[in-house]
Amino acid sequence: MRYLPLTDADRAAMLARIGAPSVDALFDAIPAGQRFAGTFDLPDHQGELAVERRIAAYARGNIAAGDVPSFLGAGAYRHHVPAAVDHLIQRGEFLTAYTPYQPEISQGTLQALFEFQTQVALLTGMEVANASMYDGANACAEAVLMARRVTGRNRAVLSGNLHPHWRDAVVTLARWLDFEIVVLPPEPAGGEDLVAAVDSGTACIVVQNPDAFGHLADLSPLAEACHAAGALLVGAVTEVVSLGAVESPGEMGADIVVAEGQGLGNALMFGGPYLGLFATRQKFVRQMPGRVAGQTVDTDGRRGFVLTLSTREQHIRREKATSNICTNSGLCAMAFSIHLALLGEQGLTGLAALNHVTAIRTADRLAALPGVRVLPRAFFNEFALRLPRPSAPVVERLAGQGVLAGVPGARLWPERPELADILLVAATEVTTDEDIEALAGGLAEALA
Amino acid sequence: MTHSTDLARVRAVPEAVPLASVNGHRGLAHEEPLLFERDNPGAVGVDLPPAPKVTPRLGTVARRGPIGLPSLSEPDVVRHYTRLSRQNAAIDTNTYPLGSCTMKHNPRLNERLARLPGLAGLHPLQPVSTVQGALELIEEVARWLRELTGIPVVAMSPGAGAHGELCGMMTIRAALDACGDAARRRVLVPESAHGTNPATAAMCGFTIDPVPDDGTGRVDLAAFVAKLGPDVAAVMITNPNTCGLYETDIAELGRKVHAAGGYLYCDGANFNAIVGRVRPGDLGIDCMHLNLHKTFSTPHGGGGPGAGPVVLSAALAEFAPLPWIVADGEGLRLVEHAGDAAARGHHPIGRLKGFHGQMGMFVRALAYMLSHGGDGLRQVSGDAVLSANYVRAALMDRMTVAFPGTCMHECLFDDRFLAGTGVTTLDFAKAMIDEGIHPMTMYFPLIVHGAFLVEPTETESKAALDELIAVMADLADAAKAGDTARFTEAPRHAPRRRLDETTAARRPVLRWTPPADTAQAAE
Repeated sequence: MRYLPLTDADRAAMLARIGAPSVDALFDAIPAGQRFAGTFDLPDHQGELAVERRIAAYARGNIAAGDVPSFLGAGAYRHHVPAAVDHLIQRGEFLTAYTPYQPEISQGTLQALFEFQTQVALLTGMEVANASMYDGANACAEAVLMARRVTGRNRAVLSGNLHPHWRDAVVTLARWLDFEIVVLPPEPAGGEDLVAAVDSGTACIVVQNPDAFGHLADLSPLAEACHAAGALLVGAVTEVVSLGAVESPGEMGADIVVAEGQGLGNALMFGGPYLGLFATRQKFVRQMPGRVAGQTVDTDGRRGFVLTLSTREQHIRREKATSNICTNSGLCAMAFSIHLALLGEQGLTGLAALNHVTAIRTADRLAALPGVRVLPRAFFNEFALRLPRPSAPVVERLAGQGVLAGVPGARLWPERPELADILLVAATEVTTDEDIEALAGGLAEALA
Repeated sequence: MTHSTDLARVRAVPEAVPLASVNGHRGLAHEEPLLFERDNPGAVGVDLPPAPKVTPRLGTVARRGPIGLPSLSEPDVVRHYTRLSRQNAAIDTNTYPLGSCTMKHNPRLNERLARLPGLAGLHPLQPVSTVQGALELIEEVARWLRELTGIPVVAMSPGAGAHGELCGMMTIRAALDACGDAARRRVLVPESAHGTNPATAAMCGFTIDPVPDDGTGRVDLAAFVAKLGPDVAAVMITNPNTCGLYETDIAELGRKVHAAGGYLYCDGANFNAIVGRVRPGDLGIDCMHLNLHKTFSTPHGGGGPGAGPVVLSAALAEFAPLPWIVADGEGLRLVEHAGDAAARGHHPIGRLKGFHGQMGMFVRALAYMLSHGGDGLRQVSGDAVLSANYVRAALMDRMTVAFPGTCMHECLFDDRFLAGTGVTTLDFAKAMIDEGIHPMTMYFPLIVHGAFLVEPTETESKAALDELIAVMADLADAAKAGDTARFTEAPRHAPRRRLDETTAARRPVLRWTPPADTAQAAE
């Protein structure tokens, strides 16, 4: 078997050294009644070719958003990832290393994480960032728990226009912690009044920008209201590329910024693995969850990097840790970081501008269709449409024609029939004029 | 032995090589500045078409100031990361016997398959009619996991092992709530457990009651039974445990826990040792997470991403998190919402993650399982246990084993053999770095003094194991012979010597700041 180097001769020699009669005898500590005596209903081992054929067949059973006109967003975005990104993260020294517990021989990973943290802090307008979390939704949930630790208050308020999956991740994580999560109703037209939701019992307000319907808002007044009441503002970003064109939540006064980083460096991959970005102010750093890399010096005085502040973490603090998180999204964070390094300031702002312009073109073309309304006036690369009928059957019909039209409201808010005619449409630098025409033509037909 | 001779010869080389060179590099060892220090204003690593000039619709929040990102060309970026990569130890370069972490070979076929455009290019919210192949693939992974564990339901969405633990313990909490049992809030956790176990239980609103071992590295059945009662929600057991031993009494413990009205959670981090030989479902386990990045070889990537599917017994199945896959009429579809779940009589704990789980890891794990087959997975656990016992047998005269008897997939030593030498476990680990081998896990489990937890895995050749043994034996001899400088000065042959972790934690510097800012801050 190609992944198992021991030969029968090796095994015999090793058993002789151990003084055991057989490999099975090494399992004698397992009582006979606990050993599986039956036969597994599983195939025997196979070569590369056979495995490749089997899995390629699964891949052929799909229509990939990457291969057809696609306007899907809602927390996962199709962008062009430069070839160098995937090449570099497949270097075995990155791919096959563990969490950098031995810093002297893990400087590659550690320096890359330190650079990642710096990039995230700059992008989000914050002072410090951690080395990533499982995904944006999970980072958002961790931010709410952190706000509770910082403020000692037991209520968090979630904007109604927070991505429903992020909302649900928060509710799940807080469920058994005697922590009240107030979820406001969605307001597809925008203009939600969150200032009114802040009071002296509020640990934090969580607001997404751009929000789930695409609206962009100035968070500064909300930040001021939060701070006046002693609450924290958590700014959530589901499309990280937007930060190339839009003021970051940190610049508008947020205390914690969480974001989904998939949009840079990482494939859509049917929803994972992705990476959660988590950034905050320096003064809160000891309440921050997750792994973090820090700069120091070695005994020769040379700059080097280590995992630090581990006294917050589960392997030291056990049940008193800031989070149970252990593994993060190391390699996804590296892909993010490499993509952002290639883009630089000019590339990221240029990429964001291209996304915005393409979305404007798409919105204007669709707004010309009878009965179709674009809801947000200010948006980045995604916007909600109101169709004159439920959007899910329309999306299904267009999928049959090879066009992925967007995310129907019923997919995200099934409990709200009033959102059934919402269609979320995202456009990126990958979207072509032909794609836009295919969508417009298909929608026109479906709505006729 | 030629190896020892080589070691002696290498050490005989005078150490008068100065650290400094004109540019900081030496031979193939390159010093690499930060990305931000490579900033070359005007350079760019991508060529994008100019955005057509239109009036932006960003409202009042168009970005005004610069972000502060550095500018680099593609060659500079490629060189930067290539140089960084060469400052990392990795399985690809040598044995990485990090106990409890299962650092096995990562097959490259799996990388290729995870990148197939028909999988990597799928958006998570496509109509399910367009992703039937993907849903079938996830179902096949789930089928393998159910078959190998003998447990009927698997929740696929948790993002890593600790996330899987959280999922599992939440289902237990939900099951207790469902039957109105508000008294059960205590969770028994062995002192040898991974730190994630107590941290996870605390996140579900449980209190943690640590239980000592029996003195031979296994759970003390009597101590557990004595602590069982009407307020005990669950027992969390790792099997094989963190001492590398099989928990012989686990089935009996399970019976007792169930009789007392509690649940048995199993931390499956060490499933690699028993895969294909023991079905956790036969032991009375109610739920167990599986680290796909351990047993099923998805790459660790310097700290993730992982994947932590959780198998759930029939009693816990109705509390599984959203979403999950069901067969419905013409094909497969996703149950994504509480309403849909309730209509099916389920009471999910909720949603743990943005979408459906770590698809990229599912593809890799399936490729791994198909490549090994049922027969190969049994060989995996056999070779993993054989290798650990071989290392144990070869070193037990020179080092001190923590507990008697054969071990499972990892062997545990304590630091008694270093008594009086002035050398610590940490020193020993750093000296291993100078020999080109990544150290074992140190100081864990906590119940063993100065622990050395060595997990060679099944993908090391006998020659590689012999090299590991030779290095550790030679170091043990050197420590006893009083060659302390070899330890306290180590590592001398790594990209960095020992790093000041105390200062790093006391005055945390977690990001780069521009030199001007640094100068200002100093004023």
